[in-house]
Amino acid sequence: MAFYIASAIAILATIMVITRYNMIHALLYLVVSFLAVAVIFFMLGAPFMAALEVIIYAGAIVVLIIFVIMMLNLKEESVEQERKWFTRNIWIGPGILAFILLGELIYILVASDTVLLNNKVVDAKEVGLSLYGPYIVGVELSGLLLMAGIVGAYHLGRQKRKVLHRFLQSTEE
Amino acid sequence: MSPLLIVICVLGGLLLIAPGLIWVERRLLAVWQDRYGPNRAGPLGLLVVLADTLKLFFKEDWIPPFADRKVFVLAPAIVVITVLMSFVIVPFSPGIIVVDLNIGVLFFLAMSSMGAYSIILGGWASNNKYSLLGAMRGAAQMISYEVFMGLSLMGVVLITGSFSLHDIVEAQRNMWFIIPQFLGFIIFLIAGIAETHRLPFDIPEAESELIAGFHSEYSGMKFGMFFVGEYIGIMLISCMVTCLFLGGWLGPAFLPPIVWFALKMFAFIGLFILLRASLPRPRYDQLMEFGWKILLPLSILNLVVTAGIILWNES
Repeated sequence: MAFYIASAIAILATIMVITRYNMIHALLYLVVSFLAVAVIFFMLGAPFMAALEVIIYAGAIVVLIIFVIMMLNLKEESVEQERKWFTRNIWIGPGILAFILLGELIYILVASDTVLLNNKVVDAKEVGLSLYGPYIVGVELSGLLLMAGIVGAYHLGRQKRKVLHRFLQSTEE
Repeated sequence: MSPLLIVICVLGGLLLIAPGLIWVERRLLAVWQDRYGPNRAGPLGLLVVLADTLKLFFKEDWIPPFADRKVFVLAPAIVVITVLMSFVIVPFSPGIIVVDLNIGVLFFLAMSSMGAYSIILGGWASNNKYSLLGAMRGAAQMISYEVFMGLSLMGVVLITGSFSLHDIVEAQRNMWFIIPQFLGFIIFLIAGIAETHRLPFDIPEAESELIAGFHSEYSGMKFGMFFVGEYIGIMLISCMVTCLFLGGWLGPAFLPPIVWFALKMFAFIGLFILLRASLPRPRYDQLMEFGWKILLPLSILNLVVTAGIILWNES
């Protein structure tokens, strides 16, 4: 029962994310969607993943996106612009494709036997063992990717050293 | 005790102590600054709490016409909800805990990272330059300090081998974690102050530069929510320090466990207030530099050394 409530909230919130014109409101719905997904994770027996979903996705990544949008200082005009862009021609194509996928999913669920989930709780220790055991290559690769990101951010954020002193300033040229 | 009774006790206790802390803070600050503080209403000025609360309730609750109404109303609720939710996992004494989650510490971190939304949304929805600046500072500060907060706890989690706060307290029977994890304790305390944006790290609401930062436009009970949220946040950080590093309810047997817990918690609340009375506020860039250049490497070092020692002892 709780599963259906959480998944209904997740789907509704995600639809609201797509259809909102105001970006901050859309992002708030995105947070709700992440929280609902975290509840689903928790119920499927992955409490560690649920906690990480809240800490990293809802707590850090969306905060960073909101941070950037706040700096852009979007006003009423941008909401109007979004409304103009969101026409039928834009959403009809993806909509049809998504409905075909939904039909397929329902067909699979109805026609064939689905694997029953064994409600075994996977705790943090098992997640860690599998990450640093069979999936070590993935961990290393994502580490490399993050390192590249950090180096890139450092390069972009580097500033030339400015000397603010009336005597040294002229000699610096 | 039945879970419902515990919930009611914890909730009632928190909401009673939080306004009381305002009186405690004003009196203690007055002592440290050589003045009297509020001492007129009632015995020792205790009724000033009542007067303050009544004033907040009867103030005009004004929403500026240029604000984003829904988000403006939502923001102060978020801070109180997330902080109160975090108390779910705090073990006050054996048996007095709402839920003993096996991901207790992570739940606390998750809730504290959700708390950042109240500052961001409050500042953004006010549609005011000062609020926006405060919100941006607050967002940057909270995201950065969350990182070290999580990392500094991991030493304790490594030694215990569990995220559950009950297990962590039980693991301190022989020695409080403040001794083997002193570095982690210091980093957690600093990150905790920054996370509750208390002085000296109250940069999101620095009143000398930003009026009142992210809650400039708030009045009445909505401002009261931010205020109460801050004080419950102080209590939360004090509770977490007590549980993680000072052995929670453990102590010599002549006092009941809950009294030991309360003593340690109030000692830390006193420390928070003493910090406010004694330290000047750093500049915003100094705060960020201090975090990323000093605290982050130190907390990673603490984690690596702790893990190394544990592996050494096992082999």
